[in-house]
Amino acid sequence: GNFVSHSLYLHTVEGVWPLPQSFTSSTERYPLNPKAFYFGYGRQSAAQQDCSVLDAAFKRYFSLIFPDYTSGSGDKPFTVEIRVDHADCDSYPNENSSERYNLSVSAGQASLNAETVWGALRGLETFSQLVYQDDFGTYFVNKTEIDDFPRFQFRGILLDTSRHYLPVQAILKTLDAMAYSKFNVFHWHIVDDPSFPYQSRTFPDLSSTGAFHPMTHIYTQSDVRRVISHARLWGIRVLPEFDSPGHTQSWGKGQSDLLTPCYRGSTPSGTFGPVNPVLPSTYQFMARLFKEVSSVFPDSYIHLGGDEVDFSCWKSNPDVRAFMQKMGFGGDFTKLEAFYMEKIVNITSALKKTSIVWQDVFDYHERIPKDTVLHIWKGTPASYKEELSRMTKAGMRVLLAAPWYINHIAYGQDWRNYYTVQPLNFSGTEEQKKLVIGGEVCMWGEYVDATNLTPRLWPRASAAAERLWSDEKQTSSVDEAFPRLQDFRCKLVRRGIRAEPLHVGHCKHEYQGV
Amino acid sequence: MSIRTIMLIMLIAGTVRAVQASQYVSLWPLPQKVKILDLSFKLTSFNIVDAKESSAGSSCSLLQDAYRRYYEYMFGIAKRQGPRKSRLTGPSELTELQVWITSPDSECDGYPSVTSDESYELSVDLPYAVLKAPKVWGALHGLETFSQLVYEDQYGAVSISDFPRFAHRGILLDSSRHFLPLKVILANLETMAMNKFNVFHWHIVDDQSFPYLSRTFPQLSQQGAYHPYTHVYTPADVKMVIEFGRLRGIRVVPEFDTPGHTQSWGKGQKDLLTPCYSGSKPSGSFGPVNPILNTTYDFMSQFFKEISTVFPDAYVHLGGDEVDFTCWKSNPDIQKFMDQQGYGQDYKKLESFYIQKLLDIVTTTHKGYMIWQEVFDNGVKLKPDTVVHVWIGGGANEEMGKVTAAGYTTILSAPWYLDYISYAQDWQKYYKVEPLDFDGTEEQKKLVIGGEACLWGEYVDATNLTPRLWPRASAVAERLWSAKDVTDINDAFNRLSVHRCRMVA
Repeated sequence: GNFVSHSLYLHTVEGVWPLPQSFTSSTERYPLNPKAFYFGYGRQSAAQQDCSVLDAAFKRYFSLIFPDYTSGSGDKPFTVEIRVDHADCDSYPNENSSERYNLSVSAGQASLNAETVWGALRGLETFSQLVYQDDFGTYFVNKTEIDDFPRFQFRGILLDTSRHYLPVQAILKTLDAMAYSKFNVFHWHIVDDPSFPYQSRTFPDLSSTGAFHPMTHIYTQSDVRRVISHARLWGIRVLPEFDSPGHTQSWGKGQSDLLTPCYRGSTPSGTFGPVNPVLPSTYQFMARLFKEVSSVFPDSYIHLGGDEVDFSCWKSNPDVRAFMQKMGFGGDFTKLEAFYMEKIVNITSALKKTSIVWQDVFDYHERIPKDTVLHIWKGTPASYKEELSRMTKAGMRVLLAAPWYINHIAYGQDWRNYYTVQPLNFSGTEEQKKLVIGGEVCMWGEYVDATNLTPRLWPRASAAAERLWSDEKQTSSVDEAFPRLQDFRCKLVRRGIRAEPLHVGHCKHEYQGV
Repeated sequence: MSIRTIMLIMLIAGTVRAVQASQYVSLWPLPQKVKILDLSFKLTSFNIVDAKESSAGSSCSLLQDAYRRYYEYMFGIAKRQGPRKSRLTGPSELTELQVWITSPDSECDGYPSVTSDESYELSVDLPYAVLKAPKVWGALHGLETFSQLVYEDQYGAVSISDFPRFAHRGILLDSSRHFLPLKVILANLETMAMNKFNVFHWHIVDDQSFPYLSRTFPQLSQQGAYHPYTHVYTPADVKMVIEFGRLRGIRVVPEFDTPGHTQSWGKGQKDLLTPCYSGSKPSGSFGPVNPILNTTYDFMSQFFKEISTVFPDAYVHLGGDEVDFTCWKSNPDIQKFMDQQGYGQDYKKLESFYIQKLLDIVTTTHKGYMIWQEVFDNGVKLKPDTVVHVWIGGGANEEMGKVTAAGYTTILSAPWYLDYISYAQDWQKYYKVEPLDFDGTEEQKKLVIGGEACLWGEYVDATNLTPRLWPRASAVAERLWSAKDVTDINDAFNRLSVHRCRMVA
């Protein structure tokens, strides 16, 4: 409303990011006293005390809601009562988990209803963003009615821990910030050409020879477990990617014969190319590695990569050429790549995992299992729209990352570009559009490590977060989004996330501990 | 084997990424003359001491402070990584670095200036290393270089003779578009010293906010800062920055930019800014500083008198850039003044009138001044020791020619606007700049005293300042310090990669 002053308007639901699907807010407000503030389980809730996810969340959200727990005026108690339909406290979030919630704030109490604990987490996040302080430090929350659910089921962030090692703390901090923006998938691009930091139990040589440093720059099994359990408590799925057959230079150091030896004329040149698709030992190795990965990472999805395979090394190798002849592939190396990927997808299918692959696999090949998810990563808007049409027409589920390569920095307010993406603006039927299950913000690591990850990721990734969660029509104006995102960014800063500024200005609470 | 040695061997073997060992080890910026000899040494129970013949002794707090700081850099890191073991088995042990200030006046308790002697000689040979410098400023640079050698611990005796190519090597930070907490400013001064930068150009106020707490006019920050308590620089804060800089050989040059870029000044100083008109009535908004009122110059006199006592450097930067004439044009009093002065419609003349009076005021405070290029371009009469700051992107080379042809000293920033980020290794384009690459005589080129890397604050605050500025600014550091022919970009990449890791540590 025009007659509500700017800062007051942000104290209502408009101050929540991403914007909930439907809401009514009011200027009627209630003071909150941290000394008389309680979280509780409703009598009809399937989840009760000892629900690990929610008990942990209550503790976390208390500090987030009352950042300087000193002031407290009035003695009116306020209770946030949670009611959850399914007590899935000990499970992991999955691709079908409902994140729907209903939040109703009135005098002395808030009712938060959700189907699952994951929905309750989303509702708690929203509630924490509704609480604000006046100039004297008193906490308030306005009368509000919210019905919310995500537009897309899969809202991910990709981190690349191969181009630069990211310490576990940096990953955990990123998970926290993801939860504040309601991201729900951590796509861990854990290994690649430059380094192999994943310490495998089955093949310890992979990291001992392939990591930047075998002790200081690895993820032990316990590190990985820590990331997965921290993510679970935030309702975030951890999707591992073991990209092959390209992007595997670092794998060859600890696994001889895995990579294809390149030839110069008739002699090996000493360099290596993609994974060698002609040796049975390759598939034995992959089967054992993916068996381990499947048990270490509980999510039912796994990302197999399959992008940017350079054929020149395969071409140069006489054994590979001979294999091509034998298989009747002629001179078409895309057929060899397809052959390889098919075998890998079969391995992971047998392990009861659903595979996600980069779009290259689809572009080069038609025979992929129907439930494989395709990941669009390249091209101009015109070309990725075409790709969306083609893939969904073929009945395949799709994830969109192409417009959200936020590692590509530029001067000025580029968050606007990420905000204005229209994921379903391509030619296709309603049925086709349902196959777009979500999108991903990618932070590739060529120029990123722990020294600059956080300001580069936030709040720009939050722009995409709203695009993936909220109703597109209600969030089509960049000008309306700007003050909300600026305010949300200050919330992130106050919560200890070094989110960079959108433009000139200041936050009321900054630099405590900088 | 210690972790450091492992990394070292991998470094030398060239198997770690694409970084290879430079023949200049990893010194940054590259000294003018470096000779590496074949002996090897080991550091144990090491001390940094004043040489007996030095004109600076234990009373020189600047040096004592530096010894402690550099000791911590060199051995603090080692302590964190476990006991050091040299991979070389030579029996030679280096026990101390002697610092010898050779000039009778060490300048220990003084402030650095544009004419300071920053040269030094370092010879690392047994039984002790000697750092010789005419003044403490050179000694600080020598300590930095020595600490860079020790970081590696892999080679032996060394003989270095060094001095900067350009005397003015600066970084501009903007604390108006976003307030920068003290900690960030001090951390930045520390990093500047590691890169041998010697001028902190503090663009302290501007349109958006006025964080400088003035003794004479406290309402300026009271009304003009983002917040009068949490987002201001008190006199104590300012003193701290100045002293912290001094101890590192860094000049602090404040910029109080007028007559444009002054929106925030008008909040606490009524009648300072020009009221804009909409037809015949004031529109409610304000423009640049009002050049026709006597009160303006009374204010500026008092204000710059304070500034001249607060900031000890011989120069202040007076700005003078991007003055928008529309508001002046709309104001009837100003139109009348223009007629009276016979300026016609040429508002550049009015701008010059203002600047002239400002420069005269500042001259009475015994400060030299630096100004952005527009002031020169608009034909203002400048004192001979004025420093002209070239910043406009297109045509910077011609501008350098013009300014030096007119006999003024100049500094270059145009190719070094580091706030303009882009994807990938843009440090290379900053490194490739050659400041003297313009048409002019040798005499003219001598007037180019250096340059500055600018980090304007529209999109920068404490959350992202450090990774945005470094190590990209290091490319500028070497361009301004090292010899003209140090241009091998591959060697630079190798050394800069190590230098960057050193800064992170």
